Amino acid sequence: MIIPEIAFYLFSVVAIASAFMVVAARNPVHSVLFLILTFFNAAGLFVLLGAEFLAMILVIVYVGAVAVLFLFVVMMLDINFVELRQGFLQYMPVGVAIGIVLLIELVFVLGTWVIVPEAKVFAEAPPPANVTNTHALGQILYTEYVYLFQAAGLVLLVAMVGAIVLTLRTREGVRRQSAFAQTHRRREDAIEIKKVLPGQGA
Amino acid sequence: MVSFWDGYLWPGIVIVAQCVALIVPLLIAVAYLTLFERKVMAAMMLRRGPNVVGAFGLLQPFADGLKFLVKETVIPAGANKVVFLIAPMLTFVLAMIAWAVIPVSAGVVLSDINVGVLYLFAISSLGVYGIIMAGWASNSRYAFLGALRSSAQMVSYEVSMGFIIITVLLCVGSLNMSKIVEAQRDLWFAIPLFPMFVIFFISTLAETNRHPFDLPEAESELVAGYQIEYSAFAFALFMLGEYANMILMSAFTAILFLGGWLPPLDIAPFNWIPGFVWFAIKIVILLFVFIWVRATLPRYRYDQLMRIGWKFFLPLSLLWVVLTASAIVAFGWYPSKA
Amino acid sequence: MSTMLAEYLPILIFLGISIVMVTVMLGASYVIARQRPDSEKNAPYECGFEAFGDARRPFDVRFYLVAILFIIFDLEVAFLFPWAVSLGEVGLFGFWSMMVFLGVLTVGFIYEWKKGALEWD
Repeated sequence: MIIPEIAFYLFSVVAIASAFMVVAARNPVHSVLFLILTFFNAAGLFVLLGAEFLAMILVIVYVGAVAVLFLFVVMMLDINFVELRQGFLQYMPVGVAIGIVLLIELVFVLGTWVIVPEAKVFAEAPPPANVTNTHALGQILYTEYVYLFQAAGLVLLVAMVGAIVLTLRTREGVRRQSAFAQTHRRREDAIEIKKVLPGQGA
Repeated sequence: MVSFWDGYLWPGIVIVAQCVALIVPLLIAVAYLTLFERKVMAAMMLRRGPNVVGAFGLLQPFADGLKFLVKETVIPAGANKVVFLIAPMLTFVLAMIAWAVIPVSAGVVLSDINVGVLYLFAISSLGVYGIIMAGWASNSRYAFLGALRSSAQMVSYEVSMGFIIITVLLCVGSLNMSKIVEAQRDLWFAIPLFPMFVIFFISTLAETNRHPFDLPEAESELVAGYQIEYSAFAFALFMLGEYANMILMSAFTAILFLGGWLPPLDIAPFNWIPGFVWFAIKIVILLFVFIWVRATLPRYRYDQLMRIGWKFFLPLSLLWVVLTASAIVAFGWYPSKA
Repeated sequence: MSTMLAEYLPILIFLGISIVMVTVMLGASYVIARQRPDSEKNAPYECGFEAFGDARRPFDVRFYLVAILFIIFDLEVAFLFPWAVSLGEVGLFGFWSMMVFLGVLTVGFIYEWKKGALEWD
């Protein structure tokens, strides 16, 4: 069938093109929007691979949450990006050097890549029917990979604490609403009935 | 050529026809929801509501649509034109494509994917982009403030919505929308999970930026929030998207808690009525509550809104996840493998 | 084509149809209506005042904090999805494993509550 192939090339081409635009776009907000488009196409590729759970989680977590944060940060930064772009050429040699180092490292990694003979057997084995990949993940993630799972929990805890330590600042002199205090106010605390006699005042 | 016809063209035509069969009723429903809202609000305020265009104002939505069509599309000078126009399109397209996984009756669904709930959750989490993009691209102060508020509000309520969906999934054991409905054949989840049903409904109000959580629009302070610079059909698309989202969220609530297309009791007079009618009735009742709330409650203040979301809904729904899971494990009420 | 992919094809086609429909609607409105822009009409709305400077200003860091906390809780929810559907198969160990995970994050939640990160002023 040809439709999955068409879809594959469509998603890949759009993913690569928008990934290029992330780097090339002049406006940082446009970069983030292109990044979102890239994530989308990556999710499409996941679906084509049969990893539907991962595809949806990619959209929920990266597009729905991480990219929102990116957009906030990019919109919040008060930097003149036109000026920043002009410095681009200045740092070009450093950038190119780092790129080349990374490329060499990748070549080394690929050069020593050994495919385990058994891998071929697994690749050819069809995925078991009647087990959706959400179930498949659930069956091993919490029992077999329990340490990694708990480590992920700790990483999230550290992220939570870190974010608060870095960004939280309490403003002085703010009067906050206390719903508890409000609803527990009694009539006796608030008003006092006085008998005012005529001609005397309170 | 026969194989080409059988293999591609005919299934393609069928799918396109199904899409059209979904889009057209949806658009009509959105059009009449605007009229329904105005009529219900009018009745609650002892007014008549639109009653000039057509009998009982029944043609009013089309008159409105036509008017939007012939208005000038104003694009502000400082705006980022492409993003400015993509934002309303995105809002509307997202409100449409989410319907692809909603089962309207037993087995009647455009695409019955295994991860239907996740798909809906993902699409609803993208709704925030239409608003951020509109607010940023307009280059207007009100729009920007409205967009910021709105995005913070939507993400805050999405967390508790996620936990509530988990409680339902614990009772179902599948992410497929049809299976969620089928699991409620004996008992609608609204009954055992009643507090979650209420919280979920309130969260959908916040998620669709409806009263009393319509701070992004807040006419009295932000004029119209992120929509302020929009006119003509770009504005209409935001409105259509908002109303389509209301219907979508009502449908989602009906599926998660009110048994989707299932009749209230599986006995003679009820199960004669076809499933999609029950589904539509449930959606209309929920939409009525949406409008009722709008006509009744004043707008929340922003700090109150954030407090309810983070300090009340989030801990409560998390606690409910733990309680539900504990009950299932303790009493062995595991969902039966369908 | 496997049956799983066949279920996704309608979504793709539906997406295509929606995009075409929206473009046609927006385009039709642009073509049908008379477009006569002028500088006053295209100025950003600011209740009748001239706009002071750029509207895109830095804003409160609190929005950023909310976004970060949202990411963390969203990931927590993402971990809960496979657990919720396979609770029957993972047994008691899987249950307690998730309870420990949630306990760790509840500690974080209590910390942020006590620190006042959930206050909005």
